Amino acid sequence: MSRSIALWGVLVAALALLPFLLPNYFLHIAIQVLLWGLIYTAWSMMGRFGLVSLGHGAFMGVGAYTSALLWNLYGITPWLGIPAGVVLTVLLALVIGYPCFHLRIIGHYFALVTLALSQVVALAIVAARDVTGGSLGMTPRAVGESVYALQFPDRTQFYFISLGLWLVGLAIRHWANSGMRSAALEAIGEDETAAAAVGIHVMREKLRVTMISAAITAVGGSMFVQYLMYVNPETVSGVGVSLQIVFASIAGGMYGTLGPTIGSLLTLSLTEGLRIAFGTNFIGAANTIYGILLILFIIFMPRGLLGLIQKLIAKRPQRARPTAAPARP
Amino acid sequence: MDIFLLEAMINGVLLGGVLALLALGLNLIFGVIDVVWICYAELVMCGMYAIYWLSAYYGWPYPLACLAAIGGVAALGMAMHRLVIEPILGSAPINQLLATGGMLFFLQSFATLLFGTDFRNVGIRLPAIEVGEIFISTSRLFAFVAAIVGALAVYFFLSRTYIGTAIRAISQDREIMGLMGVDERRIYLLTSAIGGALAGLGSCLLVLQYDVHPFLGLTFGPILFMICVLGGLGNMLGGVLAAFVMGQIIAIGGYFFSIELADVIAFVLFIVLIFIRPQGIFSR
Repeated sequence: MSRSIALWGVLVAALALLPFLLPNYFLHIAIQVLLWGLIYTAWSMMGRFGLVSLGHGAFMGVGAYTSALLWNLYGITPWLGIPAGVVLTVLLALVIGYPCFHLRIIGHYFALVTLALSQVVALAIVAARDVTGGSLGMTPRAVGESVYALQFPDRTQFYFISLGLWLVGLAIRHWANSGMRSAALEAIGEDETAAAAVGIHVMREKLRVTMISAAITAVGGSMFVQYLMYVNPETVSGVGVSLQIVFASIAGGMYGTLGPTIGSLLTLSLTEGLRIAFGTNFIGAANTIYGILLILFIIFMPRGLLGLIQKLIAKRPQRARPTAAPARP
Repeated sequence: MDIFLLEAMINGVLLGGVLALLALGLNLIFGVIDVVWICYAELVMCGMYAIYWLSAYYGWPYPLACLAAIGGVAALGMAMHRLVIEPILGSAPINQLLATGGMLFFLQSFATLLFGTDFRNVGIRLPAIEVGEIFISTSRLFAFVAAIVGALAVYFFLSRTYIGTAIRAISQDREIMGLMGVDERRIYLLTSAIGGALAGLGSCLLVLQYDVHPFLGLTFGPILFMICVLGGLGNMLGGVLAAFVMGQIIAIGGYFFSIELADVIAFVLFIVLIFIRPQGIFSR
């Protein structure tokens, strides 16, 4: 245990030093890796227990547009706008989650109902083009560097904000997915009836994890708007984003704490690498390879990259350990 | 009654016919193989590109290009089954859905890579028919009739032929059919081919009404899943009925509101209906 805490300390220290070592472009990538990592982590909280949601695009979209619209229309600071977006998103998750779990809509059906939710939010944003700018997207009113407006043109500041949020997200995942809660959710994922029979409150456990996951996703969506200072329905809501969230989490490995972030790192470096290699003449090249890789991942590595790494480490011949391990203090 | 509303409703019926054909294909795949091809609309997009290139670029006659597209998409369906679905048939159903989601990404971006994001039109224009004061587009009427003929052909194939009976039987009891001497793998492959061919036929009909572009699938793919779930996944008759209901919702919604709002209404209605009858509105 103490060893893993030490490892985390080293990791966080290394990440905190990054902005002083990386050139601007890589810092830009690092911020996106952290923010997407946060969102993928939120998805994996549900996904690893068989709650495959294709509706996270909806949660991200509501979060992103609520804070941006409140700021642009009424001048309400994102410090209030983001919580407002989170509240709305959690309500949305409740409105969808409660009937779904009550009626035992699971598997394919849950995926398709949440997919419809993604479409509803994406199309509603486009339809309300008078306020949201439709598919052209919108820009939050820029005021330069301001804590009040949560706008930081300097990347270093934003990097630390993203790093902090990402760590909070991992901590929440650890808290919500560990111990008895994890065991309960795992039992639910295996067999709901059996889980209910041994006294697990199926509805409460599923709703809790769904609401937490939706809330984190909304924060991630809002932070993307604050960072990029631009938002459009394609990039934060709809089927495309929802599928991207699912795939990146699976590719990284949804069962480990760092898996979804590895997925974020993997997909972003792939996209950026291919973009640089092929240039903009070959739009679609990156996603073509991406699509093939995803199929291969699902067929050959359903536990993702992290799962593969763990398997390789486990296979490595163990060094002889002292037979009588000292008792833990 | 308002003449434009009537026209919208007729268009809704005509649209429902094509949606019914595609829903039938998707439901067949789900009923028999127990897999949701989430990239079904992308297969239609591939067929539409095939027709566009063969007919508008290489100058093939339209019917010949259609036959090629139907064959091509059927082959694509079989290839997808062999390469993507078969290796993971034993794993959780949601993995199969996600694998076909990977196909969705792949087909969409590969089309972007090959053809760019331009909107392309085959340029076949059919005149409109005037009935009283109502204009009916011939291409939509043709699509409706062809879709119904196609759906009936599949229905008779499934109910009147030996192999069709085997397909229906396997969708009812997977384990027993193997013992009865039915080769599961062959049936699955054949079903994939039929599902692909139906998508190919759909592409022949849609190419007359819409421009083709790589992201076309995203515009009507989600509607298709809603239809199948509404009718009850795997329930072929339910899917056909649900297609006409959805066609009406979209057409009438589009008449009173905007097109996007009509879609929003369709999806919200879908979510509400699923909560009222989780097993599909037309299931017994």
